[in-house]
Amino acid sequence: MTDNELPSDAGAAAPASTGSQDPVFSDLALLFPGATFERVEPLAGPAQDVVLVPAEDYLDLVTAARNAGFDTFVDLCAVDYLRREPRFEVVINLVSVELRRRLRIRVGVDGARPTLPTLTWVFTGANFYEREAFDLFGIDFDGHPDLTRILLPDDWEGHPLRKDYSVGSVPVQFKGAHRAP
Amino acid sequence: MSDTPNVVTGNLEAPTVAPPAADETQRSNTADRRREIHEVWVSGTEEPAWVRQATDEGSQEMLIGGAEQAMAVQEGTIVTDDYVIEDESDVEERQILNMGPQHPSTHGVLRLHLELEGETIRRVKPIIGYLHTGMEKTAETLTYLQGGTNVTRMDYLSSFHVELAYSLAVEQLLGIEIPPRSQAIRVLLTELNRVSSHLIWLATQGMDLGAISMMLYGWRERELCLAFFEKVTGLRMNHNFIRPGGVAADLPDGWEDDIEHMLKAIPAGIAEYEELLTENPIFLDRTVGVGVITPSECKAYGVTGPTARAAGLGWDLRKVFPYCGIDRYEFNVPVGEHGDVFDRYLVRLEEMRQSLHIAGQVLETMPAGDYRSDDRKVTPPPRKRIDESMEALIHHFKLFTDGFKVPMGEVYQAVESPRGELGVYLVSDGGSRPWRLHVRAPSFNHVQALPVMLTDSLVADSVATLASIDPVLGDVDR
Repeated sequence: MTDNELPSDAGAAAPASTGSQDPVFSDLALLFPGATFERVEPLAGPAQDVVLVPAEDYLDLVTAARNAGFDTFVDLCAVDYLRREPRFEVVINLVSVELRRRLRIRVGVDGARPTLPTLTWVFTGANFYEREAFDLFGIDFDGHPDLTRILLPDDWEGHPLRKDYSVGSVPVQFKGAHRAP
Repeated sequence: MSDTPNVVTGNLEAPTVAPPAADETQRSNTADRRREIHEVWVSGTEEPAWVRQATDEGSQEMLIGGAEQAMAVQEGTIVTDDYVIEDESDVEERQILNMGPQHPSTHGVLRLHLELEGETIRRVKPIIGYLHTGMEKTAETLTYLQGGTNVTRMDYLSSFHVELAYSLAVEQLLGIEIPPRSQAIRVLLTELNRVSSHLIWLATQGMDLGAISMMLYGWRERELCLAFFEKVTGLRMNHNFIRPGGVAADLPDGWEDDIEHMLKAIPAGIAEYEELLTENPIFLDRTVGVGVITPSECKAYGVTGPTARAAGLGWDLRKVFPYCGIDRYEFNVPVGEHGDVFDRYLVRLEEMRQSLHIAGQVLETMPAGDYRSDDRKVTPPPRKRIDESMEALIHHFKLFTDGFKVPMGEVYQAVESPRGELGVYLVSDGGSRPWRLHVRAPSFNHVQALPVMLTDSLVADSVATLASIDPVLGDVDR
């Protein structure tokens, strides 16, 4: 039991740079010319590294990012942009403990047949998150070992977090609340 | 006594006189109808659809034994790290034990499918969703100001942290800076919230291991925190106090005395707990070497917070990605080495002390000034200005009817909650309601990592392990 210091400061004070100029990303950018590397500066707060990647490079890029040091799986979620092409976007968040940096990977998913390869074999933690995205958005993750509903009942119809799933139209289910004749 | 006669239609009792045939059919019809109305199913008759559905486990069953990849998921062995698969046992001799969702030590409505071989757990499948209320969908229908009431109910034991993550995310998109005093109030409240949350964890961990007195003590000290929260926010839980643009109100008069009292009483309490548990041979037997997780497994599963730090991963968002001025205060990050339940216990005890240390520094250095941003497009004007100024009246009206608009963009903001990394991914389309609000819940990952910690341990250890990851099911299911 020690009050350890945190890992050394490598990368913490990395200068704000754009795109593939960043030494951490230059290798990745060479491998994936289709991907866009950005350093997004919100109006307030620290800059965030974002990669926009086409769906066909998605699995390879995540694997490469993991091998480049972003080995902590943080988050995966989907967003429905409805009237935009591609309709869905899957956003994953990775962290590198050694570099002390975050990386956000955004990948567009086609609305007609939303399918992506699963990340479960790259990051075990993606398992539940992909089930959640499947449950709430209906995005299919190819090769997932157990792609079933996770939060909603198995017999639920539809995917509620889609923008065309109306909030008001769900009949309330009270068990045994039949009206007596 | 009611005067109403006890009328029973469709009496099933055998009458003394044989009834006419017409009556017979009518009676059975009534009985059928009653059965239908009340959904009673008599065994031996044909199963109605709802019975079949009610017992149909569907996907919630264990996966088929032969599917190797799927087996690995439920055994927690896909992280090939230090794990040796020793599967020489006979699958036929295994049995499934269903733990939960109504079980006192599941800390809510978590259900675990355990595949047992004797007393040893061979496979685990956590089943969640019993508390799912669609809060991420609800968030899309609430304005940014109303959103706080929604998110604060997610992780109900550390409400301030969820509010903080949400508010920071909104503020980043808005591009507003908040005054130092509101930052200090936020830090004070979140750190005290960490103490109260850890105290609950300590109480329930003790209770789950049979140390019932620990539960009473934990509740006793937590009461100090909750009483203070009530004094500040008006509510003991679900405060909606930290809001985009600052906090809802200034600290009440005499808050310094309360903090001073807590700074004396809680460390004294923690010292008592240490006496009660740290040297307790039963507690040591039940916790040392139980529920082990390694750093690389933590990374692959996204396990963060005290659970990861107990495994030796020196990772605390307050240090690595400081937020809300937390880097102005001095504190240490306790790190364990074994990754077992006992190390988690030690890490959390020390975290409580460090949080109180931060609270003490806030007490000494509380800056003067406003408790919220003076951007009138975001925070409502002071009450007395409304009587004097037309502008203030308009702002007040617009804020509470339309809400403020947030520029288009997306942002991810994480804070270190008592359980780990609590992140908010916010997408705005430029309107006054979030286009998408996703909360990255630490408990979600921790519950997911349960197979790693439980596989090949004893059933009795599952209770200790489950308590040690401190899951909040409101956070898991959202």
